Amino acid sequence: MNALALGLKRAGYENRVYFRHGDTLFFTFLFPVVMLTIFSVAFSSSGNVGTNPDGTGGITQAAYYLPGMIAAGILLSGVQNLAVDIAMERGDGTLKRLSGTPLPVLSYFLGKFGQVFVTSILQMLLLLAVARVAFGVELPTDLGRWATFAWVYLLGIMTSAVLGIALSRIPRSGKSATAVIIPIVLILQFISGVYLRFQGLPEWLQTVASFFPLKWMAQGMRAVFLPENFEAVETDGTWGLPAVALALGIWLVVGVIAARYTFRWIRKDS
Amino acid sequence: MTPPEIHVSVNNVRKQYGKFTALDGVSFEIPRGETFALLGPNGAGKSSMIEILEGYRDRTSGDALVLGVDPAHGGLDWKARLGIVLQSSGESGNITVREQVAHFAAFYPHPRDVEATLAAVGLTEHASTRIKALSGGQRRRVDVALGVIGRPELLFLDEPTTGFDPEARREFWDLILELKNEGTTIILTTHYLDEAAHLGDRAGIIAAGTLLTIGAMNEIGGADARVPIVRWRDANGPQEHRTTEPAELVARLYAQVGSEPEGLEIIRPSLEDIYLSLVGTHASAPTAAQSNDETPAQPATVQPQASTPTETSLV
Repeated sequence: MNALALGLKRAGYENRVYFRHGDTLFFTFLFPVVMLTIFSVAFSSSGNVGTNPDGTGGITQAAYYLPGMIAAGILLSGVQNLAVDIAMERGDGTLKRLSGTPLPVLSYFLGKFGQVFVTSILQMLLLLAVARVAFGVELPTDLGRWATFAWVYLLGIMTSAVLGIALSRIPRSGKSATAVIIPIVLILQFISGVYLRFQGLPEWLQTVASFFPLKWMAQGMRAVFLPENFEAVETDGTWGLPAVALALGIWLVVGVIAARYTFRWIRKDS
Repeated sequence: MTPPEIHVSVNNVRKQYGKFTALDGVSFEIPRGETFALLGPNGAGKSSMIEILEGYRDRTSGDALVLGVDPAHGGLDWKARLGIVLQSSGESGNITVREQVAHFAAFYPHPRDVEATLAAVGLTEHASTRIKALSGGQRRRVDVALGVIGRPELLFLDEPTTGFDPEARREFWDLILELKNEGTTIILTTHYLDEAAHLGDRAGIIAAGTLLTIGAMNEIGGADARVPIVRWRDANGPQEHRTTEPAELVARLYAQVGSEPEGLEIIRPSLEDIYLSLVGTHASAPTAAQSNDETPAQPATVQPQASTPTETSLV
């Protein structure tokens, strides 16, 4: 069986294991949905966001938070999921066992990508469904916006997946994996415009966030889901989609190189 | 290739961790089809040796060939010819036994039949159970199934029966003997010396990074270590004598005493006795502090260190 076919088999296997694992199911898969729900309900009394003086153009809290939660979901499904998952597999002996078999590393990676892809697509669908059905958020009807969604999502999820593989090297043990990875991901969410309005952050913090990919995913998703009158409050008064593409593209390349050169089945001689 | 083909050859292998020397110039060979038991106390260097051969660790110096390949640079084709049963692992196990074994089978070019393998390791009735719900011994059987599913030419078994009950161990032995009959070369490490004696053709005993002795199961330790021990009790207390002609001694005793000598036993030192005496001497192991209450030590008795002889034959 070639590496590609084995990769597909791995993807099936990985997905099966993923959905049988309670922790990841909650902290990675359902987390953005839970957060969207909490924010939408908690701030519902604050009324609509971005209402014009004449009372038009406002959107609900749920509609306002949706793009950020979608970006967070992409980050969680890629970075948090894989970094923790692979670090744990390295810690509990899964990788050691696999490295003693003729399974190609490429197939292992393909399996992980398959798992990230399937779970994050389902996560996106769930987020959109909850936003639409539970909170009555109006989703874009314009094909152009969905095309933007498609490329921001794909670039975002690929970048997140390879960065997750690269970050899995950092935890020294499987047990410390969540303790090391979750804070990184959480801080990024706070400074990248997921939970807090990005333009409300101090300028220096906005600059710091610009060095990381989540800020760009959130910006791209705002371009997809927020009405046009929100574009004016963005930096330079534009969604800045070319910059989104460029920043995510650079991170993708960095991530691929880092994943390629740092991945080890086991820590030799530890 | 001329028979007997050498499956594993180790020549003067050293392994250094910082200043600690785990292996200090170990050499041995294992021909095709042999079951070789690598024995030694914890921390003796067994695991380092095995992991070097499995390709998990790099050696500091010396040569090693496993199935004709340097294990430090073994590719996927090479791995496809190996079966590795690691020491117990803590994988999360959110997958059923059958799913796991079938999945691993797909990695190999000529895997065994999944159901037959499950049956061989005695897991047929647990095939649909998730691995995390299995007992320790059952999980170990899964490890073994995963190790043999690829029809390996060379099988590594690192303490395979730890946590087995006696019955499960017997069943496991039968499975290993079957693999052996199929011609599989096997490297076994174990703390159960009876297991090594039952399964192994040859054994090597390693301590403090050095191979103390190596040889056929029934010759290891040399002829001296295998001299039978005759024990009995008389008016002067317990007596012990080592002789290659125990029957002659017993006959003489019987003639002298004129009756059945009290507490008479003839003991052939088991592998465990020989092992303990070798390892004990080498490491100048814990002193004989566990003095036997009724035994004022007899002079001139070469006794294997405090151990329970396992092969006891009463006359």
